[in-house]
Amino acid sequence: MAQGAWLAAADAGLNFDWDFLARSIFHPSGVFLHGLARTVYISVLAQVLGTVGGLAIELSRRSRWMPLRRAGATYVWLIRGTPLLVQLVIVYNGLAALNLYRFTDLTLGPVVVLGVVQAAVLTLAMNEAAYMAEIIRAALDAIDVGQKEAAVALGMPPAMTMRLVLLPQAARICVPPLGNEFNLMMKSTSLLSVIGLQEMFLTAQAINSATFKTFEIFLAVAVYYLLLTTLWGFVQQWIERRFAGPAAVVSSPRLRERLFAGSGAK
Amino acid sequence: MSAAPVLLEARDVVKRFGHRPAVDGVSLQVQRGETVVIIGPSGSGKTTFLRCLNHLERIDEGDVLLDGTSVGYRAGRRGPVELSPREVAATRRRIGFVFQRFNLFAHLSALDNVALAPRNLLGLSRPEAEARARQLLARVGLADKEQSRPAQLSGGQQQRVAIARALAMQPEVMLFDEPTSALDPEMVGEVIAVMRELADEGMTMVVVTHEMGFARSAADRIVMMDEGKILEEGPAAQMISDPVHDKTRRFLTVIAH
Repeated sequence: MAQGAWLAAADAGLNFDWDFLARSIFHPSGVFLHGLARTVYISVLAQVLGTVGGLAIELSRRSRWMPLRRAGATYVWLIRGTPLLVQLVIVYNGLAALNLYRFTDLTLGPVVVLGVVQAAVLTLAMNEAAYMAEIIRAALDAIDVGQKEAAVALGMPPAMTMRLVLLPQAARICVPPLGNEFNLMMKSTSLLSVIGLQEMFLTAQAINSATFKTFEIFLAVAVYYLLLTTLWGFVQQWIERRFAGPAAVVSSPRLRERLFAGSGAK
Repeated sequence: MSAAPVLLEARDVVKRFGHRPAVDGVSLQVQRGETVVIIGPSGSGKTTFLRCLNHLERIDEGDVLLDGTSVGYRAGRRGPVELSPREVAATRRRIGFVFQRFNLFAHLSALDNVALAPRNLLGLSRPEAEARARQLLARVGLADKEQSRPAQLSGGQQQRVAIARALAMQPEVMLFDEPTSALDPEMVGEVIAVMRELADEGMTMVVVTHEMGFARSAADRIVMMDEGKILEEGPAAQMISDPVHDKTRRFLTVIAH
């Protein structure tokens, strides 16, 4: 009797649509896939631009020229000190409201780049650049000072020392935190919904208002974000193995050498 | 030897860390082809002085001249003006430096470590630079290690690569900062042998070391530093067998075993 009542209540209360969830995951609509594609290419573009920008900012923070150092430090302070959500609204809606700049659609050959996509990529990249600058700073600081001294003692000017000796080593140190950043970046694209960009999250919201299958559709969205970050996790692992740090490259041969060759390697 | 021209000269060099002078008015003339060994207790300023010679340390007073030209400064209207990093770099190419901790480029093979600077600073093509690097690695007895990363090499091998790397720029003078102090005892000999050969070939060398075997066999002159100053200097044989100062005598006894 009690059990029957519970089942009835569950039946009345929970209306979980398995079919809808399965369809959303395994046979997503074209609109949804389009949103997913946007999420991916905006993330990739913003991460690439943000990494390049972050390098430029960090190099300017290490400049011999004080105003450049100040500018770099101020940039990082401003960007890291304000929420991405607010930055997005300021860049896309704020600038337009001020009549300062309005993002308009751009036709590049066969491709039309929407104004809102431009604003999104630009803002995400600008935001990311500040964090990447911090990551690159930490990586450069982690390199033994003897590396720079050796380059300088050979007669390399500062820029060449940076390019040939410091950056290649910093890049290896940057890979794990860079992977972390890209993981965050893919999830941050869901914030683009506030400026009306039809990425995966906003597309799901549209589906939700048409179907009211709120739990199912956002569960499907969560599954897709998880899928993206998991796939990225594998890519990152592969990159880390390819660009393994100098210590990682040698750990196994050295052990072998020690065990079998007895070459007195220190 | 005394007729040879002065190649490297320090004039009243002062280097302070905070208010404490680490190098306190040191003057030294090194003739072309000469090997000078600098000894002294830890904290005597010998390493700092050596680093002043190629402007790895910015000096506070005095001057360092390579072949008559200042290494780090030029005359300004109101005293010396520091040269730009680019200008200092150009002078440093003529001065080889070997570090206590080797400082091989960790991301590059032994061959690339040696070839990097000539390729990018002397305008050599990759094959030219690599040919030079191979020749130098062979000279320090590491022809078979050209593809090894620094972490795969023993300390003694790393230091020999480091010497080859410095030689690849064909410097006029080589500075060695305690090149064997970070090595296990059994590897000291292989590094000393390379250095001795260099000295025999007529390379101008300034060596900070406690290896009195090297000083005895390769040095023309020994300089004893103490508390940032030169306590005494003289021909190697005389300094070892008959130093003037008690402090030098005691120091030599201490490092002898």
